[in-house]
Amino acid sequence: MTKSFKVIIVGGGHNGLVCATYLAAAGHQVQVLEARDSLGGGAATSEFAKGYRVSGLAHILHSLSPKVRKDLKLDTAGLEPGTAVETIALDTAGQHIRIGSTEVSGDGLSAEDINAYRQFKADFTHYAGALQPLIMNKPPRLKGMDSKDKTTLAKLGWQLRFGLGKKSMREFLRVGGINIYDVLDEVIDSPQLKGAIAVDAVLGQHMGPRTPNSVLTYLHRLWGETHSQASLPAGGMGQVASALERAATDAGVSLRTSAAVARITVSDGLAKGVELRSGECLEADIVVSNADAKTTFLDLVDSAELDAMFVHRVNSIRSLGNVAKLHFALNGLPKINGLLQEGLGHRLLIAPNMRYVEHAFNHAKYGEFSENPVLEITIPSIADPSLAPAGHHVMSVSATFAPYGLKQGWDKQREAFTQRVIHCIEQYAPGFVEQIVAQELLTPVDIEAQYHVTGGHWHHGEMAIDQLFMMRPIHGAAQYDTPINGLFLCGAAAHPGGGLTGIPGHNAAQRILAMAKEGF
Amino acid sequence: MSKQAIDLTPQPNFRQVLQPTPFHQRMVEHCPIQNWMSWNGYQTPRVCDQLASEYFAIRSTCSVMDLTPMEKYRIIGPDAVKFLNRLVTRDISGLKPGRVTYVIWCNDEGKVLDDGTLFHLEQGDYRLCAQHHQLDWLLLSSLGMDVSIEEETHNIAALSVQGPTSFSVLSAAGLQGLDTLKPFGICQSVLHGFDVTISRTGFTGDLGYELWVDPSNGLALWDAIFMLKDNGLFDIRTIGLSALEMVRIEAGFIMPGDDFNTAESTIRADHDRSPYELGLGWLVDFDKPYFTGKRALIHEYSQPIARRLVKLQVEGNKPPADSFLYDGKGGRRIGTIKSHSWSPILKTNVCMADIEYRNGLPPGEIWAEIYYQKELEWRATWAKCSVSEKPFWVHPRRLATPPQAF
Repeated sequence: MTKSFKVIIVGGGHNGLVCATYLAAAGHQVQVLEARDSLGGGAATSEFAKGYRVSGLAHILHSLSPKVRKDLKLDTAGLEPGTAVETIALDTAGQHIRIGSTEVSGDGLSAEDINAYRQFKADFTHYAGALQPLIMNKPPRLKGMDSKDKTTLAKLGWQLRFGLGKKSMREFLRVGGINIYDVLDEVIDSPQLKGAIAVDAVLGQHMGPRTPNSVLTYLHRLWGETHSQASLPAGGMGQVASALERAATDAGVSLRTSAAVARITVSDGLAKGVELRSGECLEADIVVSNADAKTTFLDLVDSAELDAMFVHRVNSIRSLGNVAKLHFALNGLPKINGLLQEGLGHRLLIAPNMRYVEHAFNHAKYGEFSENPVLEITIPSIADPSLAPAGHHVMSVSATFAPYGLKQGWDKQREAFTQRVIHCIEQYAPGFVEQIVAQELLTPVDIEAQYHVTGGHWHHGEMAIDQLFMMRPIHGAAQYDTPINGLFLCGAAAHPGGGLTGIPGHNAAQRILAMAKEGF
Repeated sequence: MSKQAIDLTPQPNFRQVLQPTPFHQRMVEHCPIQNWMSWNGYQTPRVCDQLASEYFAIRSTCSVMDLTPMEKYRIIGPDAVKFLNRLVTRDISGLKPGRVTYVIWCNDEGKVLDDGTLFHLEQGDYRLCAQHHQLDWLLLSSLGMDVSIEEETHNIAALSVQGPTSFSVLSAAGLQGLDTLKPFGICQSVLHGFDVTISRTGFTGDLGYELWVDPSNGLALWDAIFMLKDNGLFDIRTIGLSALEMVRIEAGFIMPGDDFNTAESTIRADHDRSPYELGLGWLVDFDKPYFTGKRALIHEYSQPIARRLVKLQVEGNKPPADSFLYDGKGGRRIGTIKSHSWSPILKTNVCMADIEYRNGLPPGEIWAEIYYQKELEWRATWAKCSVSEKPFWVHPRRLATPPQAF
């Protein structure tokens, strides 16, 4: 075995924990430092009103890597597979559509649309699968490739040409860079179904369905579906964070919460350790940052230790969040027109058609929140009754678009936006407003402050084509190592990006271990 | 928002493509042949009247050049030293107030963006003079630092007074403090009631000074100098950029954009140049705090050098303009001449040339293939070249303090 290194991981989000566990399992001494008082970052569960708890940001598990799940033995660590979650596209008149990963059903749907959806999903899941070699590896460097980069590119090429076949590859190349609006218009008639699919392409992004490369973001999300269905783990999302924590502890990772890192100390181009806000200094051979790229390179590292253009490019990363999270404590289950109680355990979408989504985005372009926001709703207390007092429930809503840089500032607009969201839900669930016992709004500004993510961006930066793969977060830091020797990235800022996948953490650990073998 | 009336009166200078400098009114009297060119958008003489007399004014008497168009930036703030040290390859933390140093700066890949002189005017107050426009790069480099960067190109009028008698001329004109001013030093003087900043700097490799005044005092400064000529005391001549080009090659100073492609304007791979490739490795300090390009340069330093910009002397009297260079007469092509001049004082062709090295070693014998015309008929010839590590022309008076009086 190679020398055992002392590793500090800045940030105990899910990727930080995954990376830590792999490194500790390989025999290194790993210390995780988390600024918050709980681990798991966006997947951590916390109390938002007395007696009501909810997972702060993530409320559905839809793309956790099976390899990570297996390697870290997360199932035995308490992450038992739970119920599959389907999407229900709500309709004010009660004509809801139920969207599974391969099938769609609903009273208002034509047989053509049901078939078209089946074909569309088969095709696009196929395309998404072709990206597989790219996702589980470090993105290949195009200049000065190593043998692993060449293998990755060769596999990708093989997948595209022979995995997909000539016809599919041609279609993939046609749609890869265009927008989801046009593509969906080509194949599906039902506005409601198209609206729901379009949400998957733009959720968490500064994008509308008509934004170029929104097909790619859809494929990226769909890639998660190729290996794991959207689900709620038994016992709720809280199990994700606690299973990761247990796996890390079992592997010998030392975990510290309420330990905010003030800066990463660098000397002579080499990461030497960290200094905590408390003034405490910790030394390390390797520092791995689970923070986003701007936090890492502009705040934690003295930017004078980096090249000027590199810093400029980091500063130019688009990372302004557009999603607000709302938590409602309810005195009972909401009653949605025409939806059976069983349906409430699924992912409910309010996005009646693509124009609705596009119009919602139009506001974001001009620094306004959407007049009619797109809502993704779950009721986590159905899977995990411990989240609320008996008979009561918590509702978790991802509301978009709620731009970080709101023109009038969020301070004055919090109530207005919350009312927009409540009003919107009320259209579908009359009486909802009377059920609210307590509520919490996390705007992107709040998310930035509470989760230490620049711009409050879920994915640590837009997942658009120019900020993906070998350009994530920027070229020059896209292979997990950075210009600072001994400093690595392991969070959503790194390839393949956001989502509860654990893959950035996994890939970063593989990269560190490979480089450690060569003595860096 | 109130509606603003649109001003339809033509701008007074809309036909004036080139801006006059604060000295233009006087300069024009010295430029009977009206051979103007643009330097940073300013109307600048290429040649004032006779190139030969301008050249010899620099080398034998006293020359005056309008330096106003040169890019100038004022850098002040708590992080000024940190900013500058991150910008340039040299350690400038030891640059004392009242001193000037020559600096270069690179992009992330360690390729040279530009060169210039850095003036430490007063404690924490710097002026950076550059060949090309650099404001965007300076601002971009200042991200996260508490420093103010302002372009002051148009707010300062500057004259370059160079030549063996420049010390005596300026002293006679009434400027004080020159006798103790060492090369690369800065001093302040008062002339007819206005402030003049004097630096003993220049681009000629000779004794010389650069004078910096508020534009409103430009003409008064000019008149104070040329009054001496009118009185018959000294021969003082204005010079254009062509004469400067001759003497700067003699002095071995490189010209970004002419002798090498600056990194910012380079599109093709390998068409930009590192400090090592320009023979400026002595300006790169790895022991100082991090600077842009350091990582790339450390790597490059560990590799055999691929090419060099060299000072090349070419035998014969045929002008080796744009000549190809070969390893041995008729041998492998190894480079080109980037700029050249006939040196009247050395009686030889002096050039800046970009040549390829092999395995880190210079070529054996360098030959230039020269195309030249005789009565409109093209001919080709070969000329042997020799690399000069030192400037072609040096003179002890450049460094003497106090300089010799005339």
